[in-house]
Amino acid sequence: MGDEPLVRWDWIWRNWDTGRPDSILALLESHVVMAFLPVLFGLLLALPLGLASARWRWLYQPTVSVMNVVYSLPSIAVFIVMLAITGLGQATVIVPLTFYSLAILIPAVVDGLTSIPDHVRNSAVAMGFTPLRRLVRVELPLAVPVVLAGLRVATVSSISLVSVGALIGQGGLGYLFIDGWQRQFTTPIVVGIVATVLLAVLADGLLVLAQRLLTPWRRA
Amino acid sequence: MITFEGVTKRYADGTVAVDDLSLEAPTGAITVFVGPSGCGKTTSLRMINRMIDATGGRILLDGQDVREIDPPTLRRGIGYVIQQAGLFPHRKIVDNVATVPYLLGWDRKRARARAMELLELVGLDSELAGRYPFQLSGGQQQRVGVARALAADPPVLLMDEPFSAVDPIVRASLQDELLRLQSDLQKTIVFVTHDIDEAIKLGDMVAVLRVGGRLAQMAGPATLLSEPADDFVREFLGRDRGIRRLSFIPAKDVRLVTAPADLVVDASGRPLGWRGDGGLLPYGTFNPERDSLRAALDAALLAANGTAVAVDEDGRVIGVAPREALDEVLGQYAARYTVPDPEDPYEEGGHQDTGHQGAGPEDPAHEDPAHGEDPHG
Repeated sequence: MGDEPLVRWDWIWRNWDTGRPDSILALLESHVVMAFLPVLFGLLLALPLGLASARWRWLYQPTVSVMNVVYSLPSIAVFIVMLAITGLGQATVIVPLTFYSLAILIPAVVDGLTSIPDHVRNSAVAMGFTPLRRLVRVELPLAVPVVLAGLRVATVSSISLVSVGALIGQGGLGYLFIDGWQRQFTTPIVVGIVATVLLAVLADGLLVLAQRLLTPWRRA
Repeated sequence: MITFEGVTKRYADGTVAVDDLSLEAPTGAITVFVGPSGCGKTTSLRMINRMIDATGGRILLDGQDVREIDPPTLRRGIGYVIQQAGLFPHRKIVDNVATVPYLLGWDRKRARARAMELLELVGLDSELAGRYPFQLSGGQQQRVGVARALAADPPVLLMDEPFSAVDPIVRASLQDELLRLQSDLQKTIVFVTHDIDEAIKLGDMVAVLRVGGRLAQMAGPATLLSEPADDFVREFLGRDRGIRRLSFIPAKDVRLVTAPADLVVDASGRPLGWRGDGGLLPYGTFNPERDSLRAALDAALLAANGTAVAVDEDGRVIGVAPREALDEVLGQYAARYTVPDPEDPYEEGGHQDTGHQGAGPEDPAHEDPAHGEDPHG
């Protein structure tokens, strides 16, 4: 890399928004999409699966075991396997990351529901809540803190994992690492790292804010 | 009235939690289920509102079999107070109290107005309405629990060890509060506890259950103390039954004599102490209109000279009861007198008159010297 400075600011300005798919802004955008959709899908799937596991406890262990195995699969291997099914699109990254999110969120939903003290659940029954109403008005709201804690982990890990997709051509900001490495040029690498970290910090901050707003009833 | 007819709860593994239980919890009275853990008292309570379904026999609520009523509907008509209050942590106090009105479809404004009334009734500051449960003390939470159970004005109240998670001082004041509320509301209350002193203090009728869910004895508290059915009940009642029974004998029959000059009183006639060589000596007082014989005896034992001072509602001396006067009454009751347990708890001269209305700061039942020795205390 010779006498090159670590960061060449003019490169950042020139490549910020060129309108091409490899501009920093476009990469950021696709990174956000590929990081957040899996968390969203993961949450939508984890709710019914978590509810079922909390309701029928025998389901919980097998579900968690399967999810842990999925979580242990190296992401690059899964992306490559997915290529055969979904091709080179964003789905190749979104589908595996959804499973990773699920692996974090199902236990979070189950823990959230089972963390509700018996006396609270029993008093809801005794007050005359129907089972559905009890779920919606009492149990799910009370599970929110634990689910949100899981959501924070899932979101940050999803943001970091997207970059790996760059190896199959769909990595959002991860493209900058490959680009910089191939050209022996540090600026894109630094931009990629900083942008990823900022994105993660921002997303986490928003979730913390959401937690504050959604659960004013928690001991500070 | 709640009627248990041969009620049995047998679990799939063969465990019998409640065995052929038959009893009646009279309308407008407090019936206490008391017994050691494993005696099926909570199971019995929960079978009333069908949180648990009986496997044999039936439970009638004013003549109707509870199994004919859809559980949520049944439960909305029965107040329930649970140990540790069971408040919903994510709802403000006012909305916790308004839970059942909301479930019954009341509009928000009316439900909240009702909740505010209830908070006042149980002695909570309206300022607490907008707080969350974690911001309240254990005793306050338990009061909210009682308010919530009363919100839709159900005729029946089930209370499952409601005061067992708070400290003894708060517990005593919650018990007094319950008795005060009950004298106004006259709900049909079934109250579960493992604490025999609580059972005797609160119960118009006390059902003692033994392990395995069988009824050992059902009686008014005074009868229970004087005539325990068997060794199990005797042992469960603990020591000092004779002394504790005095709580149910009114002090109004104690012969009073004019206060001697040795009793120093202030300008308004309230006692200051007994005159002694080195200054004033300790004294004890009782109110013959309100207190029990136990309070009178206690007042005598506190005094330097063994003479109990009788005072009126304002604390002014109306006479003294010398030891002979207490002896006369004790002798009269000890040997042959059975304290009347009311068939109807509101009948004149019953336990209601002596125990309940006397519930106050000087209520003898919670100054129990036997408390420390009682394994359930």
